Amino acid sequence: MDIKFLTDVGFLLGSVGFVWGLKRLSSPDTARRGNMIASVGMGLAILSIIFAPLNQGDNNYGWVIAGLAIGGIIGYLMAIRVKMTAMPQMVSIFNGLGGACAVLIAMVELRHYYTGASAMTGGQVAISLTALFIGGIAFTGSMLAWFKLEDWLRDNALVLPKHSIFNMILLAVILATGIYIFIQQIDAGIGLAALFMLLALLYGVSFVVPIGGADMPVVISLLNSFSGLSAAAAGLIYGNNFMLVGGILVGASGTILTVLMCEAMNRSLLNVLIGGFGGGGTASKGAAGEQVVKEVTLNDAAIQLFYSKSVMIVPGYGLAVAQAQKVCKEIDDLLESNGVDVKYAIHPVAGRMPGHMNVLLAEADVPYPKLLDLEDANAALKSTDIVVVVGANDVVNPAALDDPGSPIYGMPVLQVWDAKNTIVLKRSMNPGYAGIQNPLFFMEKTHMLFGDAKATLSKLVSEIKSL
Amino acid sequence: MDGFIQFFEDYQLLIYLLVFTIILGFEVISKVPTVLHTPLMSGANAISGVVVVGGILLVRQAEAGDYFSLGLGLFGIIMGMINATGGFAVTDRMLEMFKKKKKK
Repeated sequence: MDIKFLTDVGFLLGSVGFVWGLKRLSSPDTARRGNMIASVGMGLAILSIIFAPLNQGDNNYGWVIAGLAIGGIIGYLMAIRVKMTAMPQMVSIFNGLGGACAVLIAMVELRHYYTGASAMTGGQVAISLTALFIGGIAFTGSMLAWFKLEDWLRDNALVLPKHSIFNMILLAVILATGIYIFIQQIDAGIGLAALFMLLALLYGVSFVVPIGGADMPVVISLLNSFSGLSAAAAGLIYGNNFMLVGGILVGASGTILTVLMCEAMNRSLLNVLIGGFGGGGTASKGAAGEQVVKEVTLNDAAIQLFYSKSVMIVPGYGLAVAQAQKVCKEIDDLLESNGVDVKYAIHPVAGRMPGHMNVLLAEADVPYPKLLDLEDANAALKSTDIVVVVGANDVVNPAALDDPGSPIYGMPVLQVWDAKNTIVLKRSMNPGYAGIQNPLFFMEKTHMLFGDAKATLSKLVSEIKSL
Repeated sequence: MDGFIQFFEDYQLLIYLLVFTIILGFEVISKVPTVLHTPLMSGANAISGVVVVGGILLVRQAEAGDYFSLGLGLFGIIMGMINATGGFAVTDRMLEMFKKKKKK
């Protein structure tokens, strides 16, 4: 049979695999199979592109195989070694690499065009520039997000005065350069295209710089969508339908997650991108210094928990940082053995990526029916005896409901103060990532338990055991 | 405007594909439970590794002596492949954990 026919069918089946796989990925029972189907689709497509007959070039199979082998091995090793707490970093790195690949492709094809090695229509030039732009943002933006997530870079380290204005000017310059390159056609030259690429890379950095840690779920979803769109643009350069379909599907899923995350914070995407968090914290009422917090001893906390009827654990990024998910489950088991009803309240933006807490707790073998989402949790909190807040802050801040001056005003939060008692595990009194003071800590029913989440929980475990 | 109309006429099929894929993407993924946000994101992330197909095409289309294209193309393939393999593998690892506790 004709090889071209076979490889074309391979691409078609590959796209079907993507759609089918994604469909199954959105339901818990079928998700794993869905991921498998999508990966088979990818494998089919890679085989197809290896064997597809071409009109030009020397095939260079040595280079192709070398690249596939090196990339495959590195990717696999990274995936099996990464800790679940470091998932946001891993997703960021993968995102960035996808974007970088699109940038390289577009750059090489533009060079062929400007050196006269191959022809391009105006549309293809525009598409290549789009791939450079979106891919460039996905690349450097994700790398910066990764640095921030690893805490190698303080949130405000590189913010310029009037940063959002700088961003807008940069964006305008990029657009103008792009249009100029497009109009000049072949006369523009590779130098200008390279400048365009550098500006896009700079924009990627500059656009993630002002975004604080608490907004990371939005940024990661958005960059995810960008890396898909850059792949789609690269597909358009070659007129490859398969790449187009795959890229667009990723773009769609990234966009959906971005919107969900923004809704969870009750903020517009623009507001997140401009970096609304962090800057506006001054208007908040109540000076922290004058108020006193009450501490609770480990022994008291252990007794309260052990003899309560229902406990709600509210995990936050602090749980991930301290890698405390397994100790958390230990406490859960101990309490359950005494007939305490233990549930978890998961805020959609708790942690640094969408669903971050769910992954961590799943790793610790917490069954997912015990994880309540925002609405269910708020309903259940009214009849909860004790809430244990583990390394969460902004998602349990009452200021979001009653303080119009607070930068997070309007964000739906977990109303832990409805419960009879609240114990907050915290490293220190430093405000959370949004830099906002939390009135919850000063409430009558709230008690603090200072220290590293994992260490504190471990001590609680031994206290409970000794009861 | 003429250029735009010309473009639309020339690429009509592709534009159809683009529009329908966007609609399909939103329809397929619109309702995702919170539990699956991360696996969906990392699974989709792996799919964005399709860009590796472009990298392979680039290398195969290059002349044997064109080390600029070959070198950058090789890098492209490596990065795209890390994205794809790593993404699928890590998603599988996560979903395996989810599955385990369903039996309890």
